[in-house]
Amino acid sequence: MYLSAISADCNPNSVPIAGKLGSFFVCILSDTKFGPIMQSNDQTGDRGYMKILAIVPAYNESANIQAVLADLQSFGGDVLVVDDGSTDDTAQVARELGAQVISLPFNLGIGGTMQTGFKFARERGYDLAIQFDGDNQHRGDQIHKIIEQVASGELDLVIGSRSLPGGYQMGVSRWVGSRIFHYLIRFLSGKAIQDPTSGFRCYGRKTIQLFSRHYADDYPEVESIVTAARNGLRVAEVPVLMRGRLTGNSTITRRKSAYYMMKVTLALVVDSMREESFLSEL
Amino acid sequence: MSYSPDWTRIIALLLCTSVFGFVVWLIRERRLREKYALLWLSTSMVIILLTVSRHVLEATALAIGILYPPSLLFLVGVLFLLLVAIGQSVTLSRLSESNQHLAQEVALLRKLIEDDRVQKEKEREREREREREREKAEGGKPSP
Repeated sequence: MYLSAISADCNPNSVPIAGKLGSFFVCILSDTKFGPIMQSNDQTGDRGYMKILAIVPAYNESANIQAVLADLQSFGGDVLVVDDGSTDDTAQVARELGAQVISLPFNLGIGGTMQTGFKFARERGYDLAIQFDGDNQHRGDQIHKIIEQVASGELDLVIGSRSLPGGYQMGVSRWVGSRIFHYLIRFLSGKAIQDPTSGFRCYGRKTIQLFSRHYADDYPEVESIVTAARNGLRVAEVPVLMRGRLTGNSTITRRKSAYYMMKVTLALVVDSMREESFLSEL
Repeated sequence: MSYSPDWTRIIALLLCTSVFGFVVWLIRERRLREKYALLWLSTSMVIILLTVSRHVLEATALAIGILYPPSLLFLVGVLFLLLVAIGQSVTLSRLSESNQHLAQEVALLRKLIEDDRVQKEKEREREREREREREKAEGGKPSP
């Protein structure tokens, strides 16, 4: 069991960006970190080890992508950068750093970008995917926190939350929006999620399947929680640490935030009128 | 009832029939799909019908409680336009959805091709390596 677990990062499909030395390091790390978890076979199937994919959505992040990929070196799995039709050399930089890169032909927005990653994960049989934003807000040393419960098969979707103790300080308007969504989600799906707009997440196999079919094209974070919960997937959040951003701006500007609120609210309310059909489709 | 030529009616009729003709022409030129033309055609037909016969217009208007019959024309026109516009939005949504999936599919396929190329390149490299080694081994032995 342990031997096969160790081989997680030595299988031919797995190309850790750190190269040989890094992969050796990663093997040890993942063995100690995920070793005991491997014994629960819920997510691993009959392979005996887990295939993990880090999906990095990136739009014009050439300034940050190097730091992001460096941060992902200690992570025990493959790294996929989905370049959302960047006009700079994000894809090239990422490729040179050894990550797998998918370049979209034109800009699809964060939803379409993440969905590309989900489709990739589904097609190549990954057991688990994490979302790791390309703007360097997420921290590689926090990944094990969100992976743990998905890997053990307890949960299908884990959200890394920054509003729990130890998180970062968000602005007032963002906080208000976040609260509103918190109550909406609680009302519609019964889940109490403190930080519904966080993009630091871990997706299990079923979640990957669901989201590669249905995923909102813009501002998908909040909506996806309700979609997952309403389809019978187990959703929870864990506290994580995050960084402030290095360069670039949040995708949610003040002008767009009104649209953001209305769009997401509409999507949530309408989604609650849909029938839960996914689980029967599986 | 007999009145002098009613120019407003004639102009309105001409307008409606030319819109009808234009839509048919667009279909003929394959610039407009029948599916999307149906609503336009029925709009202009209903308006033509209401314009041609003042009697029909008045009777219909009074029957649904509209006291000034020509405003029925506006009502019908606006309603049909609304339908057409909503129809367009639905089509647009469907198209953008399929557009998104197409873009994703293209990107995933390109990734597959790239991976394949890298794989082949590696295999070729290995093949060459093996070739070289074999040559070296054979070179070491004296040839018969």
